[in-house]
Amino acid sequence: MTMQNTAAATEAAPYLSVNNVEVIYDHVILVLKGVSLEVPKGKIVALLGANGAGKSTTLKSISNLLRAERGDVTKGNIEFKGARIDQMTPADLVKRGVIQVMEGRHCFGHLTIEENLLAGAYTRGDGSAGIKRSLEMVYDYFPRLRERRSSQAGYTSGGEQQMCAIGRAIMANPEMVLLDEPSMGLAPQIVEEIFEIVKDLNRKEHVSFLLAEQNTMVALRYADFGYILENGRIVMEGEAQYLATNEDVKEFYLGLSGEGRKSFRDVKHYRRRKRWLS
Amino acid sequence: MQFFFEVLIGGLLSGVLYALVALGFVLIYKASGVFNFAQGAMVFFAALTFVGFLEVLPGWTGLEEGGRAVFWLSFVLSLAAMVVLAIVTEKFVLRPLVNQPAITLFMATIGLTFLVEGIAQGIWGANVRGLNLGIQDEPIEYMMENFNILISSFDVFAAAVAAILVAALALFFQYTRIGRALRAVADDHQAALSIGIPLRHIWVIVWAVAGFVALVAGMIWGARNGVQFALTFTALKALPVLILGGFTSVPGAIVGGLIIGASEKLAEVYVGPFVGGGIESWFPYILALAFLLVRPEGLFGEKHIDRV
Repeated sequence: MTMQNTAAATEAAPYLSVNNVEVIYDHVILVLKGVSLEVPKGKIVALLGANGAGKSTTLKSISNLLRAERGDVTKGNIEFKGARIDQMTPADLVKRGVIQVMEGRHCFGHLTIEENLLAGAYTRGDGSAGIKRSLEMVYDYFPRLRERRSSQAGYTSGGEQQMCAIGRAIMANPEMVLLDEPSMGLAPQIVEEIFEIVKDLNRKEHVSFLLAEQNTMVALRYADFGYILENGRIVMEGEAQYLATNEDVKEFYLGLSGEGRKSFRDVKHYRRRKRWLS
Repeated sequence: MQFFFEVLIGGLLSGVLYALVALGFVLIYKASGVFNFAQGAMVFFAALTFVGFLEVLPGWTGLEEGGRAVFWLSFVLSLAAMVVLAIVTEKFVLRPLVNQPAITLFMATIGLTFLVEGIAQGIWGANVRGLNLGIQDEPIEYMMENFNILISSFDVFAAAVAAILVAALALFFQYTRIGRALRAVADDHQAALSIGIPLRHIWVIVWAVAGFVALVAGMIWGARNGVQFALTFTALKALPVLILGGFTSVPGAIVGGLIIGASEKLAEVYVGPFVGGGIESWFPYILALAFLLVRPEGLFGEKHIDRV
């Protein structure tokens, strides 16, 4: 009985939590102005927003790829399973189970698909048998990759490259995947296919996902929970279903609203009025 | 015709030595995108360190001078010195300059060149030293008797060493976990970082491997021409090789070296007399220039993969 209670308690506790994070690039450009969000264990959380809202920066501040781009977390902290992770190197984070799939796929173009996947297992120390098992598992989730296993990744299609990038991350045996804009530049069917696999991985392998997307409606269909970013601030959050049916979300991100087309002047903004000296 | 083959084979064998130096460039360029101008200085440093240990070790340890034990101990210690150089370079040159434009890193390696040359001479002195690897530099009798061609046994030995080294490196790159990581880093730094490949370790490894190649190249060049400051100029000889073979290709460095070696000797013998001789020293650069116009990525250089 007590066992069950503690298990329930740890599950309810935030798994990944980002607390009031501020990010500055190049010491001058303020991109995130205090972002807080949580990803519960085993869930898919969507991070939505327009271009330049700070979605990628949020993911990079978690995976700590920020520093390679001259960005810095100047305020706030990030915790994963109760431990601070904001000072860790990306390599240590991958070992701890947090891995990012970068926007724009970033496959190793001159390596074959299989070599790409194997490179993803670089940080693992559990021997070749375990890696082999994971490889088969990835091929089972992405049958297309099995077909293309010996082609150079640079010559595969965009969808295959996206699958390769996700598969490569899965090869590291992660608990938490930060997935940046998986739908970018892909045909709608491929996007559905990839999201289906993500959902599958989430359900069967218990991998949690934090998903940055511009494709709001698709993302909300597969996510459990959503946050909406605007200008480096979270302006809205809620259950995916709630957000998907919310009139404001529809209006801001889909250009749909009950009354048909509107003039630009009437479009609502969540942006705060600019306050000088603040 | 015999004379032609003699020149050709002699040229190919000396080309192997160019290839060896070019190999060091290719390794570092592939993994860190840095054109390491200091490669020539590393060859010099490595050779000088090796000869230096050969001289001082018998006195320190009481081992027999010129014996096998001294030879291998010197080799291992020189290799260790190259690894230390790699670590220090990563820490004080590459790490502070991460994310800087390629030209900045290139300038830094020019600075590194002077530093490494200075340190090497500061420790071991600037005298020209002989190096005897125990390989005779005389014609192979078999070839003399059967084909009437003069081929130096030392050249053949050097070519064999280079071939083994290249084969070993190719296997290392293709089939090991570290080798795969090195190629991954060469393809996309950021993506490599994102899947947890620690770039710093990879850089140290690749500079250490380049140091190892420099050591082998330095030993062979040094045994041939004496260990002296002129070894640093081997780097300049490697440039046309790189342009011909492509900056990113290990086989390219080898083939480029062979082409440069053979063509410069043939040009010297067959074209030289018409223009007054001495063209061996600049012919490779003309060849490289012509090549740049036709095929700028080199024979085996990686073409930029563009999806259309």
